[in-house]
Amino acid sequence: MSLFHVIGFGWNLVLTLCYWFVSLVFSMNGEVMTTKSLLGDGEQIMMKLLEVIAEAMSILISTFHHSRNPSAIDQCTFARYTERTAFERPLTSGVAYAVRVLHSERKEFEKQHGWSIKRMDTLEQTPVHKDNEYDRDGLEPSPVQVEYAPVIFAQDTIAHVISVDMLSGKEDRENVLRARESGKGVLTAPFKLLKTNRLGVIKTFAVYKTDLPSNATPNERIQATDGYLGGVLDIESLVEKLLQQLASKQTILVNVYDTTNISHPISMYVSNVSSDGVERVSSLNFGDPFRRHEMRCRFKQKPPWPWLAITTSTGILIIALLIGQIFHATINRIAKVERDYDEMMMLKKRAEDADVAKSQFLATVSHEIRTPMNGVLGMLHMLMDTNLDVTQQDYVSTAQASGKALVSLINEVLDQAKIESGKLELEAVCFDVRATLDEVLSLFSGKSQEKGVELAVYISDKVPNVLIGDPGRFRQIITNLVGNSIKFTEKGHIFVTVHLVEEVIESDEEIKIESLLKSTLSGLPVADKRQSWRSFVCFNQEGSTSFPSSSLDQINLMVSVEDTGVGIPLDAQSRIFTPFMQVGPSIARIHGGTGIGLSISKCLVQLMKGEIGFVSLPKIGSTFTFTAIFTNVCNNWNEKKSQQISNQSNSVSLDFHGMRALIVDPRTVRARVAQYYMKRLGVHTEVVSDLNHGLSYLRTDNGITNMILIEQEVWDTDLGKSSPFVKNLRKINASVSPKLFILANSINSSGAGVSANGFPTPFVIMKPLRASMLAASLQRAMGVGNKGNSTNGELSGLSLSKLLQGRKILIVDDNNVNLRVAAAALKKYGADVVCTDSGKKALTFLQPPHQFDACFMDIQMPEMDGFEATKRIREMESNINSCIQFGQLGPEAYGNVSSWKVPILAMTADVIQATNEECQKCGMDGYVSKPFEAEQLYQEVSRFFHIKPNQNT
Amino acid sequence: MLGLGVERLRADMNRLLALLFHQGVLDEQFLQLQQLQDESSPNFVSEVVNIYFQESEKLLRNLRSLLMDREFSDYKKMGVHLNQFIGSSSSIGAKRVRNVCVAFRVASEQNNRLGCLRALELLEHEYCYLKNKLHELFQIEQQRLLAAAVRYPVQQH
Repeated sequence: MSLFHVIGFGWNLVLTLCYWFVSLVFSMNGEVMTTKSLLGDGEQIMMKLLEVIAEAMSILISTFHHSRNPSAIDQCTFARYTERTAFERPLTSGVAYAVRVLHSERKEFEKQHGWSIKRMDTLEQTPVHKDNEYDRDGLEPSPVQVEYAPVIFAQDTIAHVISVDMLSGKEDRENVLRARESGKGVLTAPFKLLKTNRLGVIKTFAVYKTDLPSNATPNERIQATDGYLGGVLDIESLVEKLLQQLASKQTILVNVYDTTNISHPISMYVSNVSSDGVERVSSLNFGDPFRRHEMRCRFKQKPPWPWLAITTSTGILIIALLIGQIFHATINRIAKVERDYDEMMMLKKRAEDADVAKSQFLATVSHEIRTPMNGVLGMLHMLMDTNLDVTQQDYVSTAQASGKALVSLINEVLDQAKIESGKLELEAVCFDVRATLDEVLSLFSGKSQEKGVELAVYISDKVPNVLIGDPGRFRQIITNLVGNSIKFTEKGHIFVTVHLVEEVIESDEEIKIESLLKSTLSGLPVADKRQSWRSFVCFNQEGSTSFPSSSLDQINLMVSVEDTGVGIPLDAQSRIFTPFMQVGPSIARIHGGTGIGLSISKCLVQLMKGEIGFVSLPKIGSTFTFTAIFTNVCNNWNEKKSQQISNQSNSVSLDFHGMRALIVDPRTVRARVAQYYMKRLGVHTEVVSDLNHGLSYLRTDNGITNMILIEQEVWDTDLGKSSPFVKNLRKINASVSPKLFILANSINSSGAGVSANGFPTPFVIMKPLRASMLAASLQRAMGVGNKGNSTNGELSGLSLSKLLQGRKILIVDDNNVNLRVAAAALKKYGADVVCTDSGKKALTFLQPPHQFDACFMDIQMPEMDGFEATKRIREMESNINSCIQFGQLGPEAYGNVSSWKVPILAMTADVIQATNEECQKCGMDGYVSKPFEAEQLYQEVSRFFHIKPNQNT
Repeated sequence: MLGLGVERLRADMNRLLALLFHQGVLDEQFLQLQQLQDESSPNFVSEVVNIYFQESEKLLRNLRSLLMDREFSDYKKMGVHLNQFIGSSSSIGAKRVRNVCVAFRVASEQNNRLGCLRALELLEHEYCYLKNKLHELFQIEQQRLLAAAVRYPVQQH
């Protein structure tokens, strides 16, 4: 967070500085440019002026001095002239004229002027300030030279240089030589002037005897030289004067340097005020190409504060601060969100813990519920073993089925968690759709009879008998839907229909007509079921070629559950599939239930790659429709098995095969349901709408009609017709009287009045119709061979005996009581049982070679528990197996068994999923609950024992 | 007379069993146990139940000594004993004893000494009740068998 601040601040600072600097440089540049141009101008003008004056003076001198002999000018005249014209040369402090004297002419020259030529050098070393004190005679006479340039005339201000040889001074000599060679004005390097000792520059012009052409060679020029005119330029005063001319209010510090020798610039003009500004350097041209001058300017005062820059940068600073603040806020926010996230994670963890606790609670509770339920189921199971008549059998099996459904429901509550976490996987086993739906009907038969609600199932002929899928889940969905329907339906019907999706699409029109005619199961109006699948994807794809069910091995079923209940309030319809959501709190009070049924159903339907939808009209009823995809049983693959399954469910159907039945029912839908069941039993059916039609049919038809099924409604309302009907019936065919059956809906109303007439009471078949129940009722009435009570319980008992006969089984349990009970139970099925009471002993028993076919192992044992013992046994076995495999041990010693693996089943009191996984982890083959339950035992044992062929009689 | 006695005894037995079931003393496992009894092992139920009594009394003794003798009881060992007790009780269908054992186990898992003591008392009570009732049942059974045995040859003649 602070990092952002620092970055913002730093960035701002840099920006400000940059701006400041740039603006400074620009403003100063402006000033300096002005100064420079002004200086340059002044200098140019001055130089021009000097040039002109020098020209004039050189002409004057050559005319009046050299051309006349004796000279027309003497020192006095020159001095006066120069003084008078001094205003023309404001920048020169003095003008002097030196003449060229060769050594040969020196004596004559000295004699003529009355003084000897002096040299300059020594003079420079002792600067003097006062004119009086300056003693020209103190100067040494010039030593012998090739030529001399003694000053003969000078302005009064510099009169002290008269008779000094210009060639003797270092600067002057150079200057003089250059001037006469170039023929132009030449500047010296700045040096201390004689006497005044101020810094100055001497500008020298050569005066020639004759007018020279501009392209004369240096040699010619030297020869033609007559003398030299010199002007002393006082740089300081020059610059000061120029600056005054500039009248610049800006006080600028100007330093002028002679930079002919770059490494040692000579200062010509120095402002004595020191300042530390940025220097601006520009070159100056004083008209001498040989010399280079440089002007360095800077402001005397510090430049004023650049307010624009300051405000801008302040603004930027503020913006940066604001941005920083934003960053700060953002980072704070992020930190807060992170904190919140951590908190949420903690809460989530706690919620998950709570969820685990909930699961544990559910497991415990369901276990506690299962225990008494096992009691109920056990008793029912035993009851079934007793000699019961068919009705009792039906009651018992219904009770048992309901109990089993309850147990499975408990398991399903447990499954809810699994579904939610996506861990639920569907089985893929063969099952009979029709039998499954009959089971559902059995579950609700009691309730529907109690309420007088007609409950029926109709399955289209096109639906195959056996499908591969998860029958339990499929049943669960239908059970949920039917259960809901039955809760909310007080009169009318609940009708479950199963079709193929394609079939529904094709018969769309038919359904429309049906619904228009209001021909429903109970005659009450229902919601238009087509509305319930209007949102299905597979219907919306209508027109496109591909249906999910178009392939041969995929069967797309559509199941509709239609009721004439109270319907779902419109405002509650949107949240109907939300878990634990019920229409209203009062609903829960009246009807109970958790409200997870529909959400589970939806999940399951989705798992079956189907869709679920509904339509509901208040006061009329609801229709739920779902689709589910199952696999068709392939032609060759386990055809036998499917046969077996279908045979099992329709074991009685053969008894009625080829019989004929007449159904008297004015309502086609209801008649179709009855027809469907009769067809399943192999009975050929005809439908007539009332008794008279029935009679006429019986008269005209020459075949034998074995039974007549009359709808209770018809029987009750046409009570006047029913007795003549029975009479007439006898007349038609006295030899084989068809049996009369009444299809009744509720227990209370049965055709009791008929018996008064002396006719045999027609058999009453209670709805809902189920294949097995119908078969049983018909059997009882028709007296078709009662094949005994070959019930499931006995079946598994018998099969268990077959499986276990003669098997040698080891039982391991530390509890003597348990040991005895388990041993007795297994002995009952003919097994040869050996008991032992600890895991360690079991190890010695199961050390190959041994004769045991299986081992039942208790899990909870002191010292060595069942898991540990199993692990040891498996290790032992694998060691020996590998030894045999590598030929280290002869298989003869091990009973010619090359691979030892004794089936080990865990015996456990509490059957929970974790135990199952644990069992598999340590190499157990399965588990059975303690105490044994025949069916479960059979299931587990049959997985690894196969019925020995020789024992099959 | 004797024949009537058999029927009466059978009815008594059934009534007693029904009572025990109703009270929740026994559950269906006991019936399964009875089913296991056949000609090859005519006294199977009483044999198993006697083993159960022996084991249970041993366990009860151990439990009591564990709870009484030491200042700090060995709850873990107690749990092992209780698991055994639960297992054998559910095997013979002694439902109430089993349930008390479960409660006892919960108390022992929580190191709740007071709860354990209370559960032990209850357990001893339940056990005694069960033992008495089962003895009664076996007695009736014995009588019934005797009566049946007496009657049988009469009918044969």
